[in-house]
Amino acid sequence: MTTSKDNRKHWARDLKVTLWTLILPPTIWAVHFMFCYLWVAVTCAKSPTPGTALNGFPLATLIATIVALLGIVAAGYIARVQSQTPGDPAPHDEGTAIDRLRFLALSTRLLAGLSFVAVIFTALPVIVFGDCR
Amino acid sequence: MRKVKFLPVAMCLPILAACNRHQSTLAPFGEEADKVRSIAIVLVVGSVILAAGLALLMRHAMRAPEGRLTHKGGMKLVLWLGGIGPSILLLGLLLYALPAMRPIPVADTDLRIGVEGEQFWWRVRYAPPGGPLVESANELRLPVGRTVELSLRGTDVIHSFWVPGLAGKMDMIPGRTNRLIVRATKAGTYRGVCAEFCGLGHALMAFDVVAMEPAAFERWLAAQARPATPTASPGARLFASYGCSGCHSVRGIGPVAKIGPDLTHFGSRATLAAGVLPMTHANIAGFVRDPGKTKPGVRMPAFPQMSAAEADQIASYLQGLK
Repeated sequence: MTTSKDNRKHWARDLKVTLWTLILPPTIWAVHFMFCYLWVAVTCAKSPTPGTALNGFPLATLIATIVALLGIVAAGYIARVQSQTPGDPAPHDEGTAIDRLRFLALSTRLLAGLSFVAVIFTALPVIVFGDCR
Repeated sequence: MRKVKFLPVAMCLPILAACNRHQSTLAPFGEEADKVRSIAIVLVVGSVILAAGLALLMRHAMRAPEGRLTHKGGMKLVLWLGGIGPSILLLGLLLYALPAMRPIPVADTDLRIGVEGEQFWWRVRYAPPGGPLVESANELRLPVGRTVELSLRGTDVIHSFWVPGLAGKMDMIPGRTNRLIVRATKAGTYRGVCAEFCGLGHALMAFDVVAMEPAAFERWLAAQARPATPTASPGARLFASYGCSGCHSVRGIGPVAKIGPDLTHFGSRATLAAGVLPMTHANIAGFVRDPGKTKPGVRMPAFPQMSAAEADQIASYLQGLK
């Protein structure tokens, strides 16, 4: 059953949907993870003592986390709108462009949810521990 | 039928054998172990509540009249109990558990103790700030309420330092120093073990941990720093003639040797052979003659040519090293 709201035209439905947009949220998660991991690894490898504080690191992580979350939320929002595109009427004899859009959008939406939680889980330990110990 | 009913209970009984106050994470005497126990209690109680909630939900679903449950309602349940709920719960647990992982702050004025794992015993070096280095073995003493930094190393293979009641385990790796910062909170005698398989005698590589009031600890450390009193007993002569002093130091008497455990105050320890045997005359005499009988794979050689009387005299000498 579709509502009149679902039938409305929306700019997000006109965006091109490919496998690349599908992997956008996990890519943001991976980049965020690499940023946190590499910064800590390099800073601590250079540090003479394990108790050395990571100067400016919690703030940098916080900013990177907010940027990553905004990107994931944006991808998730577009995917949500796209996944609510009304399906083709019967008969359903073959896959159509709308089927493809709805499938990719739903997958992107679920991946965005997973990536959102994962980015927060990655950032928390980095923000809580301010040094190399 | 009755027997079958009690079978699960009977099967759980062996688990109770692990209950003791000397070597248990559930009987903490250190800050870190205390936090770990609190987290474990929260997790266990939380799991029971979660399981009970799910059982009630299943009961409700199975007994609901036909047509009462809708597909939409079911999908909502999956979303909340399968996605959003667990994410929030895990986030809460992460926020709760993370502070427990933060190391205890340590200052330059805190006591440092170096512990080296060797096959199959522990070399312990106390480095009090401004004081002399004091070497001991197979026993770790800690002042209650004070922060202590343990520098952990392996000298031959990888060992793992674990005092369950004090803190989490930490590997002892040759060529690398790992640091473990601890703070004992309750005086008493506890037990630590090697938690990484390190050879034939691995299971027999333990040690006593004595948490003492700070004043008593200072007195003990001052006594340990003093050399042994020279004696002309037959045991002392036999100790030298059998070449024991080639491996074991007795400060103030023999040469400095670093191969085996320091025996300067051997008689004041509670256990023998790295926490394996009680410190009795018979045990010392037996271990001196044939250490491999007690501890397979031990590097100390056997002395089959040593008579029982000679072993007794060496045991008496060692027991006198207080």
